[in-house]
Amino acid sequence: MRVYLSVLKLRLLNGMQYRSAALAGVATQFFWGFMIIMVFQAFYQNAADTQPISLKELITYIWLQQAFLVFVTVWFRDSELFDLITSGNIAYELCRPCELYGFWFAKLLAQRLSSAILRCFPILIFSFFLPRPYNMTFPPSLSAFLLFLTALMLGLLLLVAISMFLYISVFITMSPMGSLLIFGILGEFFAGLIIPVPLMPSWLQNIANVLPFRWTADFPFRVYSGHIPQKEALIGIAIQLVYLLVLVWLGRVSMNRILRKVVVQGG
Amino acid sequence: MIQLKGISKSYKVAKRQTGLRQAAKALFRQEHTIVEALKDISFTINPGEIVGYIGPNGAGKSTTIKIMSGILVPDTGTCTIMGYTPWKDRTKYVKNIGVVFGQRSQLWWDVPVIDSFELLKDIYKVPQQEYKTTTDLLIETLELQEIIYSPVRQLSLGQRMRCEIAASLIHNPNILFLDEPTIGLDAVSKIAVRQFIKTINQEKGVTVILTTHDMNDIEALAERVILIGKGSLLYDGQLGELRKRFGTKKIITAEYKQRANPIQIPGASVLSWSPERAVLSVDTANFKTSDIITHLTTQVELVDVTIETQPIEDIIVQLYKEYQI
Repeated sequence: MRVYLSVLKLRLLNGMQYRSAALAGVATQFFWGFMIIMVFQAFYQNAADTQPISLKELITYIWLQQAFLVFVTVWFRDSELFDLITSGNIAYELCRPCELYGFWFAKLLAQRLSSAILRCFPILIFSFFLPRPYNMTFPPSLSAFLLFLTALMLGLLLLVAISMFLYISVFITMSPMGSLLIFGILGEFFAGLIIPVPLMPSWLQNIANVLPFRWTADFPFRVYSGHIPQKEALIGIAIQLVYLLVLVWLGRVSMNRILRKVVVQGG
Repeated sequence: MIQLKGISKSYKVAKRQTGLRQAAKALFRQEHTIVEALKDISFTINPGEIVGYIGPNGAGKSTTIKIMSGILVPDTGTCTIMGYTPWKDRTKYVKNIGVVFGQRSQLWWDVPVIDSFELLKDIYKVPQQEYKTTTDLLIETLELQEIIYSPVRQLSLGQRMRCEIAASLIHNPNILFLDEPTIGLDAVSKIAVRQFIKTINQEKGVTVILTTHDMNDIEALAERVILIGKGSLLYDGQLGELRKRFGTKKIITAEYKQRANPIQIPGASVLSWSPERAVLSVDTANFKTSDIITHLTTQVELVDVTIETQPIEDIIVQLYKEYQI
């Protein structure tokens, strides 16, 4: 446990060095958030039917998405790990008395947490003070908020478990680009980062429901806005847990299997 | 403490000829060759030894180190180190060893060296008190005071290597594997590193296995050498023995008052000659150096004589030649 805390600490220290990157990130996400909200606003004004999610809920959804972007995007990756694999420096990682899966899981988690800490608060705070209808709103109740926090954290763990497969695949392909594109695009789409899941046609929603990606982003954000009622939220959290357990188990098994075949070349 | 028996490892290496046509062909059919990196390697190393593991490029030195540190799984053979099989009990076993891969880095690139040390402390679960004494010692003997607060990316190669060695010793391992620890270091850093290895071997009884191409490292540190070439073990024994067996030549340089004719001395071959200076080579297995000198004095009026033993580098070159590796 201490190791993981220590990795987190080191990552935080490391992440703090890049303040201007964080600042630029915040600015970009603001711009992006506004753009998306305006698009949806136009869409809602001209739509004849009532939509399955209200504009107010959607705006909250989008601000949360922007604030926690590093929690929910697959493409936010640790190129250091890719380098470790392709350059062979992984030799050192293999000389450590801890299991590589857990160690890397901690590294990836820490990287996302450290980036999020610098980025989420400015966006969240600022978006509350925006003029209507662009502003972020409070969750309907304290219990909804607590459920949201749980779902968000589980979603984060789930996403890290998914992204581990990306790193495992690099052991075989030696290049992260292919898996990154596939995982990135599929993941982003089915997590509802391009079109919120409630606005998808129902057949697409069915697909999204089966895949794990939706549970990392769409689910916690809708729990926050109250669009998903609390009883359903509890079921959702159980589903998240099951996904997490299965994916971590699968990841560990495949990683340990691959490590037995890995050949660190040269040197 | 360390016991290898019949270890073999082969790699599958993709191969193709140069040129676009060959590249296109390789799209459909890839040719592989099997390279036998290690063939039936066996040796035993006792606690507290410093062993020099030498051989030309591509001999299989690094492969052996990787197998001994649990990173590679050999095809056949057994390896027992402190009661563990490295690749099977990897996580339990690696607590007891420290490894330095001279060509790789284990320090976090963007943060000061000391932060990497702290992380290693937690990874290896070193108690705070022990960590303090160990790092104090490491910082002092490897002269790291000035550099541990700088990010790794700002260090020179020599400074980084000293930090790498320190990082591998934070958890007080019983065995230290050094894979080319002096690569790219200047003379001063090399001597500092050697001195340090000697110190930890003598004071803490750390067993050291060292691969290097710098024979001065071996001469300064190792009493025992293991020579490997093309994957086979060729020699395992004392360095002195190696010298006795292969390094029997001595070089005699004589300066004398001018003399017109070349000198001729039985038992010595003349490497170079000028009217005032001659360089002779003597095989001391057959002739005594003192006899040669006596002969010399009868032929010329000596001004100065120097006698050198054959440098270890030459012995190794000769060995490589002899074994055709």
